Amino acid sequence: MQGKVQNRDVFLDKVAKRLGRARKMTIEPPVWKYNPQEEYLKGASRDELLEAFKTNGTGVNCDVTIAKKADAPKAVYDSIKALGGGPIVTWKDSRYEELFGLGKLFKEQLPGENIELFEWNHTLGRENIEKANTANIGITISEITLAESGTAVVYSDKDRGRTINFLPENSIILVPKSSIVPRMTQATKIIREKVKKGEVLPSCINYITGPSKSSDIEMKLVVGVHGPVRVKFIVIEDL
Amino acid sequence: MSIKTKFAGDKFKVRVEKKVKDSFMRGAVASATDTINGRKNQLTAEMGNWEDWRNHGEEIRKHVLENLDYYLHQFSENVAKNGGHVYFAANAEEANKYIREVVQKKNAKKIIKAKSMVTEEIGMNDSLEEIGCEVVESDLGEFILQLDDKEPPSHIVVPTLHKNKEQMRAVFERKLNYEGSSQPEELALCARKVLREKFLAADVGVIGCNFAIAETGSTTLVTNEGNADLVADLPKTLIVCMGMERIVPTFEEMDVLVGLLTRSAVGQKLTSYVTNLTGPRREGDVDGPEEFHVVIVDNGRSNILGTEFQPVLQCIRCAACINICPVYRHIGGHAYGSIYPGPIGIVLTPLLDGYEGNKELPYASTLCAACTEVCPVKIPLHQLIRRHREIIVEKEGKAPFSEKMMMKAFGLGTSNASLYNMASRMAHSVVKPLTKGDKITKGVGPLKEWTDYKDMPKPNKERFRDWFKKHKGGNN
Repeated sequence: MQGKVQNRDVFLDKVAKRLGRARKMTIEPPVWKYNPQEEYLKGASRDELLEAFKTNGTGVNCDVTIAKKADAPKAVYDSIKALGGGPIVTWKDSRYEELFGLGKLFKEQLPGENIELFEWNHTLGRENIEKANTANIGITISEITLAESGTAVVYSDKDRGRTINFLPENSIILVPKSSIVPRMTQATKIIREKVKKGEVLPSCINYITGPSKSSDIEMKLVVGVHGPVRVKFIVIEDL
Repeated sequence: MSIKTKFAGDKFKVRVEKKVKDSFMRGAVASATDTINGRKNQLTAEMGNWEDWRNHGEEIRKHVLENLDYYLHQFSENVAKNGGHVYFAANAEEANKYIREVVQKKNAKKIIKAKSMVTEEIGMNDSLEEIGCEVVESDLGEFILQLDDKEPPSHIVVPTLHKNKEQMRAVFERKLNYEGSSQPEELALCARKVLREKFLAADVGVIGCNFAIAETGSTTLVTNEGNADLVADLPKTLIVCMGMERIVPTFEEMDVLVGLLTRSAVGQKLTSYVTNLTGPRREGDVDGPEEFHVVIVDNGRSNILGTEFQPVLQCIRCAACINICPVYRHIGGHAYGSIYPGPIGIVLTPLLDGYEGNKELPYASTLCAACTEVCPVKIPLHQLIRRHREIIVEKEGKAPFSEKMMMKAFGLGTSNASLYNMASRMAHSVVKPLTKGDKITKGVGPLKEWTDYKDMPKPNKERFRDWFKKHKGGNN
């Protein structure tokens, strides 16, 4: 549905007038003289990118585990245990099984141990948010991963709720090794390619770098202010 | 609140006098700014090409301002295409009227907010409270200040810089019946519990926007707490408030400016959360707003376009100029009497609010140019401050002689290398009448208040560069 735009012409006419010219309806795309953002880890190998991600993704209440694909279920299980178990919320996403082989863990092993796991289901509406709000752990998947800052980029979708990354006390983010790029520069190029192809962007793209934190009380770092207290990245060597 | 804070009622001199004597505030400001500056310097040194980043930031911001009408048109078209609504507000009244209408149409009473300088500037909270709404600030620092009878922030990135944890504990005890300790973790946990309920119960969310992306109609949020995300994800109606200059052409320029912002503001490669919102929730989505409104605010900004002050609109609100400013370090944020303190505030406040009541602000500067050097988008802040002084003097017909001297000694020269050489050689003799031993003990203008309290080191008789020239033979 098309939204409404109000008061635009009088507002923009004034802007153009102040700039001393008529309104511009087209412009030449800018050509920038500087592009320093391209330099970071230019031409780095997959292993170098992983190494940088590991270094930069490690911090206060935040760390990185690397596992071979066959060991992914064990790595995820160990992390769940270390973070205090359930309740757990996940997206409804076939990649948990396809990329990481977690189907059996989610559907059999955890329920068998009475660890509650709730799979996001958009037809249930608000119940999803209530589940996320009381969950101990949320588990999501990184689309693009930034080596420079140790950041996961996640996309929202009807079966991939945004709030799974914010409401639970702990966060596990699964990172396919192949998703690691040098920095945000490459991520925004990937996103822009989608735009150019006419794809609809997710309504929310989150770049997540560690736990929620604040220094508003005497500049002392406090983690877990509104969102997760701990973030665990599990990189799966899918290459 | 508007641009002027409740402290603006006092004369500038009185404000400075009060603040300079607040030793906790001065210690907190000094240690916080040292921490942020230290982290920032380390990061930018590691990069090795920070100057190119600044140049790129500057060229992006200049290009956008020169084509602002084009990009705002493109942005608003794309927000509408995504199903969002855009309202262009010429001033604070129009912005508040529209926001009230959105809120009233929803019969909304509970508003949750993430920190936004523009909503402070237009006094949105008061406007919504007048129609019976509860407006809750969710940024931890802003939440504490709001609880403390709406005390104004003293810094645009760390709003509570002037307050210690015992004072905060007392506020929690008074307003939330808190019985815990003054440990930051425990205070934050209390706020987390109170605010989590507020997030879940709110009817309308209000957030700011660091960068609006014209090509896609997306907005960008940069936070460490994640509060803005909960504001954007949980209430059914979301209002994004942005100053009209806060725009970039595409996702690619957003990348560059976010990188400049997080490094300059808090010395982090990225904050914990950066978020791009593109319209309301899609069909089937459970979280995210059903209604998405963007309010684009002029409120005096367009009058700056086309003038010699246009570069101030390049600002990305990182506060690096504030953190490096020797005057801010001594007098703190409240003394400025504006929601925008420090060098950026000195330049911006008289432009948005007029010279009346703000005439002394441009003198809260040594014109040392540290602000200009540190600005990630290369705004010539000290030159613009000096320009304000010139305009005030032209209007008033006079300036105190001492200020003229200070200007000559520290200001005039910095824009030109040979003048700088001359001025820094002159500096010693210019301040000589004010000195005792090697300290400046009698400041002039607002400087007087610092020097009454604390002596400033006197410029060396021998300049460092002369000393270096003499001594660099050491290795030979």
